[in-house]
Amino acid sequence: MAIKGVSLSVAQGELVSLIGANGSGKSTLLQAIVGLLPGWEGKMSFWDNSLKGLAPPAIVQKGISLVPEGRLIFPPLTVLDNLKLGAYTRYRKKQHREIAQDLEMVMTLFPILKERSYQAAGTLSGGEQQMLAIGRALMAKPKLLLLDEPSMGLAPLLVDRILQTLVQLRENGITILLVEQNAQAALKIADRGYVLETGRVVLQGSAQDLLADDEVKRAYLGKDYGEFYEGRA
Amino acid sequence: MTRDQISYVIFFAAIVATGLILKNYFYFQLITIIGINTLLALALNMLLGYAGQISLGHAAFYGIGAYTSGILTATYGFNPWMALPCALMLAIVIAVVVGFPTLKLTGYYLGMGTLGFGMIVHIVFREWSSVTGGASGFMGIPPLEIGHVSFFEPRNYFFLVWFVVLLSFILCKRLINSRTGRALKAIHDSENAAKAVGINTRNLKLKIFVFSAALSALAGFLYAHMISFISPESFSFLVSVKIVTMVVIGGMASIWGSLLGASLLTMLPEWLHAFSDFEMVVYGLILMVVMIITPQGLTRGIIEIYERSRSAKAKR
Repeated sequence: MAIKGVSLSVAQGELVSLIGANGSGKSTLLQAIVGLLPGWEGKMSFWDNSLKGLAPPAIVQKGISLVPEGRLIFPPLTVLDNLKLGAYTRYRKKQHREIAQDLEMVMTLFPILKERSYQAAGTLSGGEQQMLAIGRALMAKPKLLLLDEPSMGLAPLLVDRILQTLVQLRENGITILLVEQNAQAALKIADRGYVLETGRVVLQGSAQDLLADDEVKRAYLGKDYGEFYEGRA
Repeated sequence: MTRDQISYVIFFAAIVATGLILKNYFYFQLITIIGINTLLALALNMLLGYAGQISLGHAAFYGIGAYTSGILTATYGFNPWMALPCALMLAIVIAVVVGFPTLKLTGYYLGMGTLGFGMIVHIVFREWSSVTGGASGFMGIPPLEIGHVSFFEPRNYFFLVWFVVLLSFILCKRLINSRTGRALKAIHDSENAAKAVGINTRNLKLKIFVFSAALSALAGFLYAHMISFISPESFSFLVSVKIVTMVVIGGMASIWGSLLGASLLTMLPEWLHAFSDFEMVVYGLILMVVMIITPQGLTRGIIEIYERSRSAKAKR
């Protein structure tokens, strides 16, 4: 069991960051939320509806979309097909016009995707693939967007670009739960934060408080004891 | 017209031209068999090439189509056109029953599961002599007819089979270009990622398995009423492997590759008669060379060679 006794909430319109080191159970938590890891115990609800026993397609239809760790785009398929796959559950409801609009919206958000529409997704650079993964998740028209380490393996400039997009999305009314190892960057854009360690929440609070918290500084913001105790002892 | 539509028109014209020009009945039979094999390769390509799920037991569905229709018409006096829906239904029901548990497997294990299924069905054909005629085969399957048109005439049967092939091509191509087709390719690529975008992978895998089984049963129906005699050996494990080979040689995830693979594997033994004793050696050798030169199958290989020669010309 990778996580135990974790309790967290995300209010509508909030951007919440979940930070923690490798193996603290961040990804496990996200996978449990979207139904990729069935069989969890406890309570999880979305808009007062329990998520217990729901398979991933049902959860996507409820309005929760995951941008998975390592992006998991479909490399041999074109960029356009990848995006259309994001809207997979909506085609059934014949929302063709809305889908076309959302496609336009994603292309405006990430103009590079428009340029590369007919290119195989595998030929994109890492940053472009991350944009594609986010775009694909947006195509499902989520109320809650979950992101699993979107900054992984990207150059600092691209990390900024991706995180700024998240801020922009939140302004458009999408609720966001961001899982990150890059704690500083994640807390900077967040409203609130949770710190996960070996499967439990060890700290929580507003993002500013966490950024200022000594314990967080020591463990996740790359300031070690030496620097920390300087001028005190 | 789109590119697809143009290729259908060319294909249609080629069928009509071949049917009108060809005189030799032997060739009619051979080309009709190619058509039936193309249907089989197409059926498996939908499952293996697009959805990425292997089946080493597809000859079983082919046999179920052939035997069901054969037994219903010859033993129970059904009209063949009434026997066809029964044969398809039986194949569909069996595909659901078999597919539901086996499609939980992946990769080699799925291959083993379907292999076992194919063997069981083959043994049933061989040992249930009171119904299937056993190892000596099942005779007296009536030819097809619609009104006054008898498909006993090889030319008519040729047209029937190839128009079914054309229709199946159009159907499969439409399926591939739809939302379902995208989802199939997504499953092929990564089942987890497919789940994450909300695809019910288990359900969809079962659906395409059933579709593929039904198309194979249709091929079996056409085969039984053409040859009028069927035996268990036409639906053995080796036939399942042959269908897989057609898909791989022709090109995975390519509709036209099915046609190419089926044509090559059906024609090759005919061309190689001249080698008499060494026939199978040369046959194997040719398949090896094809795979070495065009590992992605003939369709992609030919396209690549064409593109390379064009860019070489452009440089000059």
